[in-house]
Amino acid sequence: MRARLVGARLLQAIPVVIGVVVITFVLTRALPGDPAVYFAGDAADEASIQQVREQLGLDAPLPQQFIRYVGDLLRGDWGNSLSTGQPVLSDLARRLPASLELTLIALLLSCAIAIPLGVMAATRPGSWRDHLCRVLVTAGVSLPTFFTGILLIYVFYYLLDIAPSPLGRLDFLYIEPAPVTGFYLIDSALAGDWDTFGGAARQLVLPAITMAIFTLAPIARMTRAAMLQALSSDFIRTARAAGLPRGRIVYGYALRNALLPVVTTLGMVFSFALGANVLVEKVFAWPGIGSYAVDALVASDYAAVQGFVLAMALLFVTLNLIIDLLYAVIDPRIGFDAT
Amino acid sequence: MTDVSRRHFLQLGAATASALPFLRALPAHAQSGDVLVAVNGQTINSLDLHRTGTNRPSYQVAINCYDRLVSFGTKPSMGGGLEFDYSKVEPELAESWTVSDDGLILTFTLRDATFQDGSPVTAADVKWSFDRAVSLGGFPAVQMKAGGFTRPDQFAALDDKTFQITLDAPSKLAIPDLAVPIPFVINSKLAMANATDDDPWATEYLHLNTIGSGAFKVARWVPGEQLIYERNNDWASGPVPAYKRVVIREVPSAATRRAVIERGDAQISFNIPSKDALEMSDKMEVNSTPIANCINCVGLNTKFEPFQDSDVRKAVAYAIPYEAIFQAAAFGRGAPLWGEETERSEIAWPRRTGYVEDLDLARAHLAKSGYPDGFEVPFSISLNQLDWMEPTALLIQENLAKIGITVTIDKIPGADWRTASLVEKRLAFHLEGFGGWLDTPDYYFFWAYKDGHLFNSSNYRNDEIETLVDNTLHIPVDDPAYAPNVKRMFEIALDELPRIPLWQPALNVALNGASDYEFWFHRQLDVRPIKPA
Repeated sequence: MRARLVGARLLQAIPVVIGVVVITFVLTRALPGDPAVYFAGDAADEASIQQVREQLGLDAPLPQQFIRYVGDLLRGDWGNSLSTGQPVLSDLARRLPASLELTLIALLLSCAIAIPLGVMAATRPGSWRDHLCRVLVTAGVSLPTFFTGILLIYVFYYLLDIAPSPLGRLDFLYIEPAPVTGFYLIDSALAGDWDTFGGAARQLVLPAITMAIFTLAPIARMTRAAMLQALSSDFIRTARAAGLPRGRIVYGYALRNALLPVVTTLGMVFSFALGANVLVEKVFAWPGIGSYAVDALVASDYAAVQGFVLAMALLFVTLNLIIDLLYAVIDPRIGFDAT
Repeated sequence: MTDVSRRHFLQLGAATASALPFLRALPAHAQSGDVLVAVNGQTINSLDLHRTGTNRPSYQVAINCYDRLVSFGTKPSMGGGLEFDYSKVEPELAESWTVSDDGLILTFTLRDATFQDGSPVTAADVKWSFDRAVSLGGFPAVQMKAGGFTRPDQFAALDDKTFQITLDAPSKLAIPDLAVPIPFVINSKLAMANATDDDPWATEYLHLNTIGSGAFKVARWVPGEQLIYERNNDWASGPVPAYKRVVIREVPSAATRRAVIERGDAQISFNIPSKDALEMSDKMEVNSTPIANCINCVGLNTKFEPFQDSDVRKAVAYAIPYEAIFQAAAFGRGAPLWGEETERSEIAWPRRTGYVEDLDLARAHLAKSGYPDGFEVPFSISLNQLDWMEPTALLIQENLAKIGITVTIDKIPGADWRTASLVEKRLAFHLEGFGGWLDTPDYYFFWAYKDGHLFNSSNYRNDEIETLVDNTLHIPVDDPAYAPNVKRMFEIALDELPRIPLWQPALNVALNGASDYEFWFHRQLDVRPIKPA
């Protein structure tokens, strides 16, 4: 039953994806700049620019370019990125896991701090714990990520020398694990290569903390608000009156009911973080998808920009599906077909 | 890109292998002289310079992994370390060469060298590589044309060791143009074995593989992350490099690059911001070499009516706060180009212009012009080059306001900048920073002052300049007409001022634990001469 519903949900995503394909194609063409000029090189003259334009297929009328693009997409060819010189699909296959790994670790870390913090603040509103939560959250959200990143590098790498050099996913002494999932932690664990696992984990610490500090605020705030609401509802009053143990009330009943908005927020924070961690990626030389997209935009690299947007669209379709499924797990009252 | 498995990689250096898993061993190991780590901020997007779309940072692969027929000598640089010496052409893959009396036939004798697969380098390989450089089009073809090489039938392999070029007209630029990164020698047998009907020049194969006779080969390349060079112990065209392996790491953030080089985890940080160069120069070796034949200048577009008035152009030139700009935008790195020329010879270029900041003179010129009450003009700068363009623009805006010219600053997206400034040449008032690879003034004038040429962003045309450049470009520098012609070009250009030179920018490179850096006109890192400090 559920499988059929998931299938229906996926079918509904098809028009979304088609829309994304059309819109990104049109929007990238509306970008300022002429990729032929950009990629013809420093001293290219009119003739060689024209030559490049023909090689890139940019001399054809737009509808014809679009038909060619869609045809290529259907064959699984996402085109070649000009700025990295690689097929877009292989670029994405390498960079998306890098961003996902960082974002997921950061979110795990963030949840591990923010949810208990929110619960703590909500159970004793107005107390010093509540104020502590407020201070942490305000500090986290008001520090720009590149500033936190550079500060952490300065203190833990430059001054204290306890962090590894902030040079991407692995120090160059380690060989990247054979790609299975593209997540270095998982791949190296699968290969049983614990040295590389350790190396990859160490590289993750500072950028993950940087991002966690930034994503702490919405999660903690939402947890606090949802918990306050849940704690003041009738069923909690009933539970209290019935003399149920405090832990059971807070974690068994209140938190479970408060989790729905938190999961929704989490989904939003995740999508936001994946796109917004460009600055973290730049500071830590992290070969992620955000910096890829920005560099492609700057260079009017059509195929790469289209590939990025399409990949993100597919990712969010999946993400929304997962969140909807999670709702049903968290709250049995919500049937999947009702959402 | 060779597919390097973990096992294979470990075998590359037995001594390295034992240290591999231990992170703590890295700095000590790197300093031991086997591995050089260099950081830079740009992406290498191809291993093949001739391919369409290959960007500037990728040129270093052609330099480090392939040989050219000739190279330049070196001389001490005023920016520290050594720099290339344009006046001394030295052998690389060619052992010797002769030039026929009419200057049309260049005959090269190749040295005994082998490609990295062990096969000998023959004149047929050189011929194939040169054919490729002129046939694939784009920038390589343009640069080859500057030396007079346009068609494959100009190149001939007379026998295994003798390669001949026939020029259509004699030119002093021909032999120097063979030392630029473009005409590199490829293993043609291996390339042809990997060519297809659609791709007769094997661009897909060379995009991912380096098959030359050069000092290094690329052992591993992950675009956007790193590129690893591995030494060719049998390199015949020069002394074997000191480092076994060179890791080029891409680090976009300048702050991170600075932290890494200061901590000594990288030995070279290439092309650092001038501000960092100034601040780091007392802690480590920082070379700031003024870039040969390169000038940061203000362009006055003749299509914009007020700039057709000579007095307006002079008023602008006297209103520019040169010293303040040099300090704010370049942090004093590079060479000033204002005031009177006293040190350099009469035909040296870039040279001081004779103009200084003098607002009274500026006002006097403006009063004499057709626009005594000033005018309004947008000043265009590129969002990609804000580091020097923004402070320059702001200081110029401030001073021009004092003489009555109202300037609004117009920031143009990086992807659009080349189209707007160089191709369409539609920016009235802008900044430009052309540098010529071949280091003669007439070559600079050819690109920047001739009508319709790419870097003439001012739409400047002067019939005398047109004739002078055409007559001077190909004659030798010791020709009796050369010096007077060049002097006359300077005179016209500095009087008419379609471009107002500001300063000669520098390329800043920091070294911590490495030495023997050499500056080259191509502005890329030549890792071959670098040694551990």
